[in-house]
Amino acid sequence: MTDTNISFVRQEMLQGQTPPRGERGIIRWVRLNLIATPVDAVLTILALLALAWFLPPLLNWLFVDASWVGPDRSVCATAAQGGIQPENWSGACWAFVNAKFGQFMYGPYPLDQRWRVNLVGIMFVALLIPLLMPKVPYKVPNAVVFFFVFPIIAFFLLVGGWFGLPYVETSRWGGLLVTLVISFVGISVSLPLGIALALGRRSKMPVIKMLCVIFIEMVRGIPLVTVLFMASYMLPLFLPPGVSFDKFLRALIGVALFASAYMAEVVRGGLQAIPKGQYEGADSLGLGYWQKTGLIILPQALKLVIPGIVNTFIGLFKDTSLVSIISMFDLLGTVRQHFNDPNWASPQTPISGLVFAGFVFWIFCFGMSRYSIFMENRLDTGHKR
Amino acid sequence: MKNLVLKGVLAASALVLLANVASATVLEDVKKKGFLQCGVNTGLPGFAAPNDKGEWSGFDVDYCKAVAAAVFGDASKVKYTPLSAKDRLPALQSGEIDVLIRNTTWTLSRDTQGFDFPGVNYYDGQGFMINAKKLSGINSALQLSGASVCVQAGTTTELNLADYFRTNKMEYNPVVFEKVEEVNAAYDSGRCDAYTTDQSGLYAYRLALTAPDDHVVLPEIISKEPLGPVVRQGDPQWADIVRWTHYALLTAEEFGITQANVDEVKNGENPEIKRVLGQEANTKLGTDLGLTNDWVVNIVKAVGNYGEIFEKNLGSGSPLKIARGINAQWSKGGLQYAMPIR
Repeated sequence: MTDTNISFVRQEMLQGQTPPRGERGIIRWVRLNLIATPVDAVLTILALLALAWFLPPLLNWLFVDASWVGPDRSVCATAAQGGIQPENWSGACWAFVNAKFGQFMYGPYPLDQRWRVNLVGIMFVALLIPLLMPKVPYKVPNAVVFFFVFPIIAFFLLVGGWFGLPYVETSRWGGLLVTLVISFVGISVSLPLGIALALGRRSKMPVIKMLCVIFIEMVRGIPLVTVLFMASYMLPLFLPPGVSFDKFLRALIGVALFASAYMAEVVRGGLQAIPKGQYEGADSLGLGYWQKTGLIILPQALKLVIPGIVNTFIGLFKDTSLVSIISMFDLLGTVRQHFNDPNWASPQTPISGLVFAGFVFWIFCFGMSRYSIFMENRLDTGHKR
Repeated sequence: MKNLVLKGVLAASALVLLANVASATVLEDVKKKGFLQCGVNTGLPGFAAPNDKGEWSGFDVDYCKAVAAAVFGDASKVKYTPLSAKDRLPALQSGEIDVLIRNTTWTLSRDTQGFDFPGVNYYDGQGFMINAKKLSGINSALQLSGASVCVQAGTTTELNLADYFRTNKMEYNPVVFEKVEEVNAAYDSGRCDAYTTDQSGLYAYRLALTAPDDHVVLPEIISKEPLGPVVRQGDPQWADIVRWTHYALLTAEEFGITQANVDEVKNGENPEIKRVLGQEANTKLGTDLGLTNDWVVNIVKAVGNYGEIFEKNLGSGSPLKIARGINAQWSKGGLQYAMPIR
């Protein structure tokens, strides 16, 4: 039985063969994803037809027929409307967005002072990006600078009145600048305040608990529009003349408190999802309340509610548009305001402006959403079902 | 506890009372802060709208500049607060603005709610616009029986519309929208036969229609909408300044004083013009008003006369092309009548 020459036993593995044509590459993908069953095939065809029906006109309107540059409404209006375009022309009026771009970004901020806004913007991006990338070191000093030093510098730069910078009152802020300032303040105040309120609401100390419940339920029960309106028009009636807060500041406080109440409920949802064993485990290790909360409970709870937190952030970002009812003009408000410039009034102007505003909002919201998904995956430690 | 609250309330109300007594006149306030805070529309073509550089322009905006020129001799010393229809009056009441020049209709209820209307700078009225191509043969609003009418929700316009059709025993079908842009789009797409709002607005919104030349504004005016500046009640001097700024603009047009020739006619022979422009010896017309004696010169130099403002923003010099109509001088069949400056 020492015969080694057993010819019918293979010495090496056979090379794997490529799958049949129908089982690989694009064909397989199409077969599995588009025409797996007759119903799928019908749906695919319907979807393709729908795309073919509305995509070409849309692209045509957005790019091909669009009017890109021009001095006034004539480039966006047909001959009958007092313009230069042929009869039955329909295209986006990007010339309007082009001419008004500076207004949409900065609002009525003085032209020669816009570099201050740009500088703040550059600092913001330079500090935020390393903070968002997990691999970059020095997270703690970076965060301290971003959340404590940067707002002070930004405040002095934007408001001015110091170091020879002309004073720019907040009523001259507008456009994307207002949207971003309100969202940044709202987001960075509402998260810590919301966590504090959520912990307070679950506290065993009756006074703290009651105060937190009252605050959350009060604020959540009032529409943001009402809060803003009260803050901007009713408050000055009760204050003695001469004592007045800046209207922008009042709106900022209103938005931040409002978002905090919502954030508190999101965080409380996370706290309640932590099994009792975690609390008891922490207690059995002899950890105090703050150690238990900071080291065991909150890290798990916050990780669980990342989608909820980001949802609140995105909601807050879009809610900033509501400040236009108290005569402060964020991106959307500024865009709408400029529809009424008689030099640009045309049938295409409003829709082009709104498409542009929607696109800018979408970029920011989509960015937040993608980052939250990245964060969820990174922090995923096996709770996924 | 109760006692403390009571004391607090008392102290607060005492403070408010004291502050009211101590507060200066609007003119002093304005002079002290060095600029006029003027409430304008958030955007109504021809009346107030920001341009590409963010500078405000329009008929109402020129009135703000005129008041600033009267007070400071410098039309650039004015800041604008764009206000929506809802918060214009609260903003004036709370002192956030010094004067509201935002195509606001003078009504009794507003006049008695703590406001004063120093004058009417634009006589407007609600009208109808129709597509003349589609509805050829209609040249009066009285022929609109059975029509569907596009109208913005929550405005006096909506109520006037109902009144008008009921009074004339006609049927109609209101198509109501929340936002102006929606009304425009609906009317443009042929969703309704007629569009109703203030006539000046009809001309403005016609600019944004697909085929503006097909649309005509019918001659009927179904409501009175006298639009004018508004001030807080209780400061007659300030109301006078705004009122006489309006009259100065009208008087300048009446006497043919324009932005271009004001310096020339100032030193001319006409005694009436010299009086209006404060060139008479020992004149006290301007100082009695709390201004300088050359206040009319400052106003006209800054913005021109009423006719010039009108033509530049609303009339032939603008895309709107609104006719003077009842806003012509009284001597030309209109309603604009300035009290004599003497």
